[in-house]
Amino acid sequence: MAEFFASKDWQTFLEVLPTIPMETWETFYSTVISTLLALAIGLPLGVLLVVGEKGSICPLPRWFMKLLNGFINMLRSVPFLILMIIVIPLSRMIVGTSIGTVAAIVPLVIASFPFVSRLVETSIREVDAGVVEAAQSMGATPMQIILKVMIPESLPSLIANATIAATTILGYGAMAGIIGGGGLGKVAINYGYYRYNLILEIFATALLVVLVQVFQSFGTRLAQKCDKRLRK
Amino acid sequence: MIQIEHLTKRFDTASGTLVALNDINLEIADGDIYGIIGMSGAGKSTLVRCINMLERPDEGSVTVHGRRMQDLKPAELRAARREITMIFQQFNLLMQRNCLKNICFPMELAGVEKSKAEARARELLELVGLPDKAEAYPAQLSGGQKQRIAIARALATDPKVLLCDEATSALDPKTTQSILQLIQKINRELGITVVIITHQMSVVEQVCNNVAILDNGTVVEQGPVSAIFSNPHSEAAKRLVFPSGTPEHELLPGRRMVRVAFNGTQTTDKPLVASLAIECGALVSIVSADTRLVNGQTLGSMLLALPENDAEAEKALAYIRSYPGISCEEVEE
Repeated sequence: MAEFFASKDWQTFLEVLPTIPMETWETFYSTVISTLLALAIGLPLGVLLVVGEKGSICPLPRWFMKLLNGFINMLRSVPFLILMIIVIPLSRMIVGTSIGTVAAIVPLVIASFPFVSRLVETSIREVDAGVVEAAQSMGATPMQIILKVMIPESLPSLIANATIAATTILGYGAMAGIIGGGGLGKVAINYGYYRYNLILEIFATALLVVLVQVFQSFGTRLAQKCDKRLRK
Repeated sequence: MIQIEHLTKRFDTASGTLVALNDINLEIADGDIYGIIGMSGAGKSTLVRCINMLERPDEGSVTVHGRRMQDLKPAELRAARREITMIFQQFNLLMQRNCLKNICFPMELAGVEKSKAEARARELLELVGLPDKAEAYPAQLSGGQKQRIAIARALATDPKVLLCDEATSALDPKTTQSILQLIQKINRELGITVVIITHQMSVVEQVCNNVAILDNGTVVEQGPVSAIFSNPHSEAAKRLVFPSGTPEHELLPGRRMVRVAFNGTQTTDKPLVASLAIECGALVSIVSADTRLVNGQTLGSMLLALPENDAEAEKALAYIRSYPGISCEEVEE
């Protein structure tokens, strides 16, 4: 035991430990911001995927729907690691640098909004067609149906799916440590992978697991709380 | 008045074109309770959706209060839909809004001020008999209560026409009764024209004044409920009036048969068969009989076998023909 505490790994761990709260915070906020931005892009796209279909409330030209679907599928099929490297110039353009937590938000949003739009699509599809028809029969405009029927009616499902997106983005964010992103992923990769410090690797990973648990239980609770279909 | 003229609607399906409605002509007077009845797949739901243009007809026209519905611009159509509201089999309430907010919904869409809308919604809750359910969510209500909320919601924009699409089909018989009574009350007190789509004969019997029978996309029979019930002509009408099969009779060999239909007047005062025996001396046999109460009138039909003797049969037939309040036709073997 004494040997363990005298080891170089342990000494490094003690040195790095004070920076861990900051790294955890960076992982947390980059995940939250990326999720919100991905939702900001993915929500309208997901809604469009449903309402733009033939026979829905706002049919769009077929070529447009095909293009939109193709574009989303294409972005989704690019591996995140490759995508991160491809968008380095874009990150430089938008945030002025390609290194650090803020710079990692750019590839995170680009990688996750197509995924989010598919999640939103499935949520919106769950809305009862009869309720949409009822709104139409009351003289609702397509925009009113989207904002007052489709989104509020699918809110519990949207929250549950946003939680899935957040935990996925957290995982991607850790990967961004490879190209110079900040946060717990960076700690695990830089110390654990490159310098064989098993203690830091496991510790950083354990914190990532805790963060996922926090996101997931918060999201699940929120989704349940706002679902009025459950009898109380 | 709702006028439907030469209405035709087709659907393109994988197996070719389906004619859902074929040259429908109907006229529904203001203040009427009009039933449209048919088996499932007869085109009833498509027909009612053509009235508020949820389905666009391929041919023909729908005119409501003098306005041709298919000529309306989108904004005009939305305004018109506030005057032609609808209730559904599955209620179609917003599950994430409480009852009060559900009733406010159409007013919110129309841009009614929130406080005014809520005041009106509370009045409507009172009207449908659920004043204590304002804060309840639809998931906490029974089917009948949900339909009451849906009715309140449909009344929120002061409509002139209420379309009921199988509104009682998901409800048990007792709840059906109470919902029908509510619909009758609305018709009487607010003067709203009601169009009822149903496959349940009992619904038409209880509340409708006029009825159209729809079969395979065409109107096979229409008119006052009492006339159609007492004497259904078409196959579809007979199937609906006699759900357990037309009272098929074994024709008595060698006897002439006559079908007698009561249309509700006087028949109960003076019994036909007894009168035949006493006043005419003709002894007829009742082969089958079916009577029912429709809108408080006794309606029904009876199949009589005339006496074997030709002269007596002729005499009996003449007597029946001259009998007040009934109609008759001879049944061929």
